[in-house]
This record gives sequence, C-alpha cells and structure tokens, in this order.
Amino acid sequence: MGRYVLRRLLQMVPVLLGTTFLIYVMVWAVPGDPFAGKCGERACPDAYITEMRERFNLDDPVIVQYGKYMLNLLSGDFGETSSGVQVIDRIADTFPVTLRLALVALVIEAVIGITAGIVSGLRNRGFLDSLVLVSTLFLISIPVFVTGSVIQLVFGIQWGVIPPTVSSKATFGELIVPGFVLASLSMAYVARLTRSSIAENRRADYVRTALAKGLPQRRVVGVHLLRNSLIPVITFLGTDLGSFLGGAIVTEGIFNVPGVGGLIFRSIQTKEGALVTGLVTLLVLAYLVMTLLVDLLYAVLDPRIRYE
Amino acid sequence: MSTVDKKAGGADPAPASAAPLLEVADLHVEFRTRDGVAKVLNGVSYHIQAGETLAVLGESGSGKSVTAQTVMGILDSPPAFVTGGSVRFRGEELLTASPERRRAVRGDNVAMIFQDALSALNPVFTVGFQIEEQLRVRRGVSRAEARKRAVELLDLVKIPNAKRRVREYPHEFSGGMRQRAMIAMSLALDPDVLIADEPTTALDVTVQAQIMDLLAEIQRDRHMGLVLITHDLGVVAEVADRIVVMYAGRIVEQADVRTLFREPGHPYTRALMESLPRLDLKGSTLTTIKGLPPNLLRIPSGCPFHPRCPMAAERCRTDLPAPVRLGPERTSACHFAEELISRG
Repeated sequence: MGRYVLRRLLQMVPVLLGTTFLIYVMVWAVPGDPFAGKCGERACPDAYITEMRERFNLDDPVIVQYGKYMLNLLSGDFGETSSGVQVIDRIADTFPVTLRLALVALVIEAVIGITAGIVSGLRNRGFLDSLVLVSTLFLISIPVFVTGSVIQLVFGIQWGVIPPTVSSKATFGELIVPGFVLASLSMAYVARLTRSSIAENRRADYVRTALAKGLPQRRVVGVHLLRNSLIPVITFLGTDLGSFLGGAIVTEGIFNVPGVGGLIFRSIQTKEGALVTGLVTLLVLAYLVMTLLVDLLYAVLDPRIRYE
Repeated sequence: MSTVDKKAGGADPAPASAAPLLEVADLHVEFRTRDGVAKVLNGVSYHIQAGETLAVLGESGSGKSVTAQTVMGILDSPPAFVTGGSVRFRGEELLTASPERRRAVRGDNVAMIFQDALSALNPVFTVGFQIEEQLRVRRGVSRAEARKRAVELLDLVKIPNAKRRVREYPHEFSGGMRQRAMIAMSLALDPDVLIADEPTTALDVTVQAQIMDLLAEIQRDRHMGLVLITHDLGVVAEVADRIVVMYAGRIVEQADVRTLFREPGHPYTRALMESLPRLDLKGSTLTTIKGLPPNLLRIPSGCPFHPRCPMAAERCRTDLPAPVRLGPERTSACHFAEELISRG
C-alpha cells in the first residue's frame, strides 16, 4: 500500500509538468497584446512595457520562460499579476470560497442523490421509482445556467426568500442555494447510479443469506445491501468533489460567488498568464490528489481490491 | 388437489403423539411472470424429525429450492406467491405468522446454507463479522464474546487457524473452507433444523465428500434435523435417512434410503438410478432420461412425467396419479406403482 501511494505520487510529477507546460504555452500563445488596455484609454508608455517585459521575462524563448516560472514555483513563488498583486494572495482569497461551495454541493448531492436512489432502487417500478426517474431525467436535460437563473429569479427575486446573490464573505448559509444548483446535475447521476446499484444487488445471494440469518430488514438493507451498493457511488462522489474544486464558472457567475471559477475566467480574459497558470496548476493538483484518495478509498471499501 | 390432501393426511404413519419438528403440507407456490403463471410447487408435503436427515432429490426446476425458501420465508415476492398449504415448525403454523415471528424462527430454529458460498457470503465483511453478527444482533452478545464464539464455531467446522482466519474475508478462503465457514455461520444460533441447499455442488469431488462428512457429523452430534437438497444420488445414499423425490413441483416418491435404492417405486426414480454411471457396466452406454424437464408455464396434463416415461399409458396422459402408499413412510405417485415394485 505504501509503495503504491509513493508510485502514484511520483506519477503526479510528469502529469503536473505536462499540464503546467501546456497551460503556460497556451496562455502566452493567445493572440493579442498582453498590455492592451492595461493603461486605461492611452497606449502604455514604452518604459512601462520595457519594464514589464523585463519583469515577466517576455523576451526569453517560451521554454526558458517556463523554466524560470517552474523554478520560482518550486520555491513557493507563484509570481505576481501585471498590477503587482501576488498570485498566491488571489488564490488564498478565492480558493476557500470554492472549497466551501464544493463541500456544500457535495453534501447536497450525496444526501439527496443517495436517498432518492435508495428509495427508488428498493421499490422497482413503484410510484416513487418513476418519480425519481422522471425528475432526474429532467435535471439531466436542463443546462445549469437555466436551473440557476430560474432558481435565482423565483426564490431570490420574485419570492425574495433568499438573497439573489452571495456576499463577499460567501458563508456556508449563503452557499446552500448555489451549492444546490451546482450539485443538481451530479445529484441526478448519483440518484441513478445508486438506484441501479441497489436494484442489482437487491437480489444478490448474500442479501438472501442475510435474510436467512433472521436479521432485521433494516440491517439487511442498511448494512449488507448498502455497504456493497454504495461502493461505486462513493467513488463517483470523490471524483466529483475533485471537479467541483476546479470552480464552477456558470454557477459562480449567476450567484456572484467570489470563487476560483470566476477568477480563472476573468484572468483568461485579461491575459493574466501567471494567475491562470498558478490557478490551473493548483486545480490539477487538487484533482490528482482527489483521484488518488478515491482509489485508496476504493480499496478500503472493497477488501477484494488490493494494491501491492 | 384432493390427491395431495390424502398424502398430507397420511404422510405420518406414527401416532400423532408429537408434531414433527418441521412439516410442509400441500404447499403451492407460483411465479407470476410476464410470460404467464409458472406453477412451481403443486402440493409439496414432507416432514422431518429431530436427528433425521431428509434428502430432497430432483432436477433443476423441480421446486426443491423453492420449497426450502418458502419454509424460510425468503422467497422473492413478487414474482413468487404462496397460494396454499402450510409450513409448521413444532406444530406452529409459519405461513400465517407475523413477519416478526417468522424472522425469529429464521436462523434460530431453522437455518439454511446455500450452494455457492462465494456469492452467498457478503464480500465486504470478514467471515468473523458475518458469524458474530447474528450473536450480537439477535442474542445481544458482546463483541468480544461473539468473537470467541466465532472462533469456536470455525474450530468446530475444522477450519485450521481459526483465530487468524476469523479476520479474513470470504475471497481469501478456498471453496471448501468457504462452505465450512457458511456452515459455521448457520450453526451460530444453534438451530433445530438445517436446510442445506446443494451444499456441495460448487465444490471439487474430494472436497464434496469432506463437507458431506462434516454435515453428517454435526447433524449427529447436535441431534439436528437436516434437510439436504441435492440432485446427486451418490450424496443421498451416504447420509440420508429418508428421501423425497421431486418432479415438476410435486413429490413423486418418498421412501427410506435403503428401500428407494433397492426397489424404486416410481419410473422417474428408476430412470434417475439407471442414469448413474456403474462400475459393473463399464464400457456400455450410459442411460439418460430422454426429453427435458417440463416447462412450468405449461405443465403436461395428467402425470407431468408422462412425456418422458417409458411406462406411460393412456391414463397417464389424462389422470394425475394420486400418491399410492407402498409401506410405512413410503409413497409413489404413479398409476403403476404397485406393479413396479412387485416386478422388482
């Protein structure tokens, strides 16, 4: 197990190098003048441009620029934006918000999705089963920006039960509705995954054995059936958390959540190369770690899986 | 089903002093499927006393497992529905008992083991956990005490290194050891009757013999009733006291083992015996039973065995034969039962 983890960690190095390099190259390869609009209405003075070119090593070949960037990164220096703000500070401002939003979405997704899945999986073809199937199909078919905008309009503006946008503090309470919108699509998938997993395992031999042992129905379902059926669901939730951490541009945009998604979007528009690369590096890292955790969790949940 | 009533009434020749330990009478079960209603059990009756081994013999689809699952109350419903009959444990009717009462009987009074221990044991829990679970949930035994009992039970079924193996998962056991573990699990609550549903079918021949010996030994030591479901005549001959032979959801013959092997009283039993490989007939072609087991959606008229029966006559096509009493504890549901045994 230890060796497996070490190997997986080492595998992350080339992945990380590859992704950062690609992002770096793509950011600088974007056509257009990086200093356009940086100095308001006027064109930037030559002195400013020269200084900036100097500061961001813009006269070096891309590969050398990348090398210098990575060396700085290794010493913990994420660089700074063209206006001189430390990239690491911008990340520290936004990442906790995204983390909170991701956790809220994950909890909503897991609780509602799994509950709906269990209920419908246990009663094959009943009213509740059909209800879950239809409503999840509905959620899957509607784009998030529609769900988000409609909820914002109805609950936030017409009924006024929630503030339509999130304050700059972005507390857990404020993030419940955005979290619900962010989770809606995955929630439908979780419900369906749980449903099919339960329905498949419901008639398994070990469930029959558990019944034959005279265990209470609650225990047969809650311990024997669930423990087996939730293995694929939990791994799905894990990878989903990984992608939530990458920020949610649409949801953040609708509810004005000051998170990572919006920041990436804005920094691509303003060609803040250092910010984009720094953010994406962090997100790739978060995703890789989540995937590793999911794989390790899988071995914990299913003893038949062993990593040598 | 007047024929079956007669059998149920006359099945127990002993004076009705004590109710049998477990008794199934005139059981009817059907599976309601999209293709129609399959009559899986059509009046099955048998009984078993403490310390007795009853073998239930039959082809796949003859209803032997369904009978067992009905006794346990673990039929999948739907599609399965019990449409008639009774299951009594020590005289107490179980089919109409409350779900709570039925659950209390399961595992405690009547326990069951299954064919494929790998799929019948839960893959994500240790063998120990699965044995201890019943003691903890149903007896309120402490964790440590339950673990001690689990090790004792694994010792009892002769699993070496029980202390270590109690912490292992089913997939870490070999096929034979897994079946032993399942037997240990079924014994946790010290049941009065153990139903073994083809306990050796998934195992190697040598391991089969060991498991059968173990079951026979446990049955003897604990004076348990053992219902052994099998399609293997060889297994039956060694350990059973009495045999019931099932065909198309009916019992076609019942007898004690010696009598059944000496002079089978039903053409189906006879055909089963003739299809056994025999050492003294080496080199000759093995006899088979022609045709297929009946489709339970369309059971043949009259005697369900008549399309495959070498003795079939006109009345077999129209009349369902009632069980004929051929001796104490001995019946055969064949129009020609008496001729068959007098012919020898």
